[in-house]
Amino acid sequence: MSATEHLPTPSEYIQHHLMNWRTPPEGGGFWTIHLDTFWVSLILGFIFVGVFANVARKAKLEAPGRFQLFVEVIIEMVDQHLKEVFHGKSKIIAPLALTIFCWIVLMNSMDFLPVDFLPKVAQLIGANVFGMDPHHVYLRVVPTADINQAFAMSLSVTVLIVVFSISAKGFGGYTKELFTAPFGPALAPANFLLQMVELLSKPLSLALRLLGNMFAGELVFMLIAMLPWYVQWAAGAPWAIFHILIVILQAYIFMMLTIVYLSLAVEDH
Amino acid sequence: MDINASLLGQAITFAVLVWFTMKFVWPPLTTMLDERAKRIADGLAAADRGKQDLQNAEKLAADKVREAKKQASEIIAQAEKRAAQIVEESKDTARVEGARIVAGAKAEIDQEVHRAKEALRAQVAGLAVAGAEKILRKEIDAAKHADLLTSIQAEL
Repeated sequence: MSATEHLPTPSEYIQHHLMNWRTPPEGGGFWTIHLDTFWVSLILGFIFVGVFANVARKAKLEAPGRFQLFVEVIIEMVDQHLKEVFHGKSKIIAPLALTIFCWIVLMNSMDFLPVDFLPKVAQLIGANVFGMDPHHVYLRVVPTADINQAFAMSLSVTVLIVVFSISAKGFGGYTKELFTAPFGPALAPANFLLQMVELLSKPLSLALRLLGNMFAGELVFMLIAMLPWYVQWAAGAPWAIFHILIVILQAYIFMMLTIVYLSLAVEDH
Repeated sequence: MDINASLLGQAITFAVLVWFTMKFVWPPLTTMLDERAKRIADGLAAADRGKQDLQNAEKLAADKVREAKKQASEIIAQAEKRAAQIVEESKDTARVEGARIVAGAKAEIDQEVHRAKEALRAQVAGLAVAGAEKILRKEIDAAKHADLLTSIQAEL
C-alpha cells in the first residue's frame, strides 16, 4: 500500500474481506470459481484424509498412542451415532459422516486464525510476486462461510437421500411414496408438493444453518478487528472461545442431520 | 455471495474426500477397533474362566486335604490298634515263654532231684553194703551173699 492511499473505511474493509479470490477475477457469472474456497478446503481435506489415513495405516491393536486414541474417539463417536440412528446397511454413510464432521471442523476452524492474517499474506504475495494491485487481492479463508461450499455438501447429501430412497424402496416404490404419502393417493398433487418441499428444505436448512453461523462468526471477527488494537482482546477472546463451541457444534449438527436424513430415506413413511 | 460453479467444484472435492475416507480411513480403523473390542471381551472371559478354575482348584485342594487328614487319622488309629495288639501279643508270648522256662526249670529240677536220689541211693547202697560188709566181713562171704545184696540194693 502506498502512503498516498487512504485507510479503508469500515464498509470498504468489510466488503474487501467478503470478496472471494475468484477466476475470472472480474466474475464470470455462473462459471466463476472461488479459488480461495477451493484451495483452502482442498488443503484442509488433504490434511484430514492424510492424518486419518496415516493413523489408520499405522493403527496398533495394543498400546495405541495418544493421537491414535484421539482419532479413535472421533471414529467411535460417529460410529455410536450411526448405530443409534441409522438402521439400514450402507458402506458409504459412516465415511460420509466422518468426512463431514472432520472437514467442517477444520474449515470452520479457519475462523480462529487472525482475520487479517492470511489475506494480508496473500496481499503481500500477490503484490510482490505476481505484481498485482494489492486492493484486488482477495482471500476469504473460511470455506464454510462461502455459500457454494455449504450447498455443495448439502446438495450432495440430498442426492444421496434420493439415491438411498431409490435403493431402499426401488424406483417405483419411491415414486409411489412421493405421490401417496402422507395423505393417500386421492391427494397425489398435494403429496408430491409436500414431499418436494420436504426434500428441498433439507439441503436448504443444512447449508444455511452452517453458512449463517460461520458467516456471522466471520463478520463479528471483522467488526472486532476494526476496534482499536488495545481493546480488541476484550471482545475477540470471548468471541473466539465461544466460537470453539459453534465450530464443533455446527459440524456435529451437520453430521447428525445427514445421518438422520439418510436414515429417514431408507425407512418407510 | 453468489452461487456459481464453485459449488460443483466443492461437490467434487467432497466426493473425493468421502471416497478416500471410505476406502482408506474408515474400514481399517473400525476393523482394528472391533478386533480390539473382541480381544478385550476374550480377555475378560478368560479372566472369568481363570477365576472359576482357581475356585475349582481350591475346592479340589480342600477336598484332598480333608481326605488326607481323614486317611492320616485312620492310619494313626490303625497303628495304635496294631501297637496295642503287638504289646498284647508280646505279653502273651512272654507269658508262654515264661511258663516254658518255668516248666523247663521244673523238669530240670526234677531231673536233678532224680539224679540226686539215684546218686544218694547208690551211695546209701554203697554205704549199706560197706556197713554190711564191715559187719558181715567177719561172718559172711561177699561172694556168697551177692544175690541178697543186690536185691537189697534194688529195694532202696
